Amino acid sequence: MAATHFADRRRNRRLAADAGLLAVAAAFVLPLAWVVLSALDPHADLRVKAPDGVTLENFDAILTSDITFTPLLNSLILCGGATLLTVVCAALAAYPLSRFSSRLNRPFLLSILFATSLPITAIMVPVYALFVQVDLIDTLQGTILFFAASQLPFAIWLMKNFMDGVPKELEEAAWTDGAGSLQSLTRIVLPLMGPGVAVVTVFSFVMMWGNFFVPFMLLLTPDQMPASVSINEFFGNRGMVAYGQLAAFSIVYSTPVILLYVLIARRLGGGFALGGAVKG
Amino acid sequence: MNRRSLARALPVTPALVLLLLFLAGPIAYCAWIAFTDLQLTGQAESSFVGFENFRTAFQDEEFLNAVWLTLVFTVVSSLIGQNTLGLALAALMRRASKPVRTLTGGIVITAWVLPEVVAGFLLYAFFRKEGTLNALLDLLHLPSQNWLFTLPILAVSFANVWRGTAFSMLVYTAALGEIPKEITEAAEVDGAGGWRRMWHITLPMIRRSIGTNLMLNTLQTLSVFGLIWVMTRGGPGDRSQTLPLFMYEQAFQNSMIGYGTAVALLLLLVGSVFSVVYMRLLRTEV
Repeated sequence: MAATHFADRRRNRRLAADAGLLAVAAAFVLPLAWVVLSALDPHADLRVKAPDGVTLENFDAILTSDITFTPLLNSLILCGGATLLTVVCAALAAYPLSRFSSRLNRPFLLSILFATSLPITAIMVPVYALFVQVDLIDTLQGTILFFAASQLPFAIWLMKNFMDGVPKELEEAAWTDGAGSLQSLTRIVLPLMGPGVAVVTVFSFVMMWGNFFVPFMLLLTPDQMPASVSINEFFGNRGMVAYGQLAAFSIVYSTPVILLYVLIARRLGGGFALGGAVKG
Repeated sequence: MNRRSLARALPVTPALVLLLLFLAGPIAYCAWIAFTDLQLTGQAESSFVGFENFRTAFQDEEFLNAVWLTLVFTVVSSLIGQNTLGLALAALMRRASKPVRTLTGGIVITAWVLPEVVAGFLLYAFFRKEGTLNALLDLLHLPSQNWLFTLPILAVSFANVWRGTAFSMLVYTAALGEIPKEITEAAEVDGAGGWRRMWHITLPMIRRSIGTNLMLNTLQTLSVFGLIWVMTRGGPGDRSQTLPLFMYEQAFQNSMIGYGTAVALLLLLVGSVFSVVYMRLLRTEV
């Protein structure tokens, strides 16, 4: 009696939880449904509706070098360059912090943690003014350097936490054989924390790929604009907005980061490294 | 410092140089030009004006309006919206069946991973007069309205909930996963209902995660620019103009870099206060 009662109650609770989640999912999916349906719809407008026949003409229309390929290539150069710089600097910086004790570690780590949570948006106006003075405004390299610096605090923090998970004993053998720090970092530590490096890389890349304000402020020449800024062109002075094309472009632009996220989420069993990392 | 510790500290140099030049540098510069009357044109003639920019700000109704809207935006979307919905989702997921859990999690996380501007367009389409929300309301015979005109700050707040809830959901899923099953089961056997267990057992046990999550959500929300810019440009008028948009408008549309930077400095100070509180929450772990 009691056992079936419990089983009933458990089943009812599961049904209630399912219903609650599905309601939230339905509310969340509507904007996403719009972008998918409109991209396939020859007569897309602003509301979610079944397309008037499925077509790929919106994709055809946007897959030109002006609209899609140049901005995506710019995004790739910008975010790829900045990510590379971030990951290399973060790995180098995290190594001594994780391996050697020093009186300076704690203040350095506390400053990093403090910088991690500063609102970077706030410093874009002074960064603009500074970049004008030192002639870095409207240059890809300037934007890459700033992107890397803004991502570094979090990257170092995350990298150090992953590095702490690699036991020190493994390096000691290499040290006695006369390997230097750089060698034991690149040959032993980094290969052992492969998933950790992947998380830092993908996370930095995804953050920059989606960032609008930084390139919007620091780049002026239209040919240098990454996709996050060039997407505004759809709302430019051309009057009518082609919603189908805007939706198609949104999909092409978003797909890489979604795929990258899925890639690391799988590797980490549900993508919990970031949740874990922010917990400390 | 001896030679060995110098050699050991060497790998930190590239990161340190980048951080000093491109992060600490601009922050210091920010703290300087906030006290000048630097303008976009004729930069050579800027001069030190002391606290003038701050005095102007606190007498400027547009600034006070931006402070108020930032407060509304942060409280509604982050403290209440993302935080509560994220916790509710994480709690429901523990009881739900696997396919529903995977589906909901996937949708909520997709909204989070999307680039900021794309999220902005999707919610612009959702809230526009001829958009999905009104179509839905028509279907239910409820009155529709031009949301981005009548309630712009609420529309952008909901947009931020849509975009940011996944983070809280992930933090709380991890936190709830760490509560030992025996404790909740014991309470259940003793006859404590769902709400009482949540209030007296679960919430106290995850309070550190709640603190961390609130802190990070708030900081994230304080610096939202792209989402609001795409949806409303801060308008109509200045009815959804939060501090980052106000700062941008003063600095570039009105060419008052000094004034815009003073606003930036205030934003940075508020962020720093939150940041220090956050560090205290994590204190034992560094």
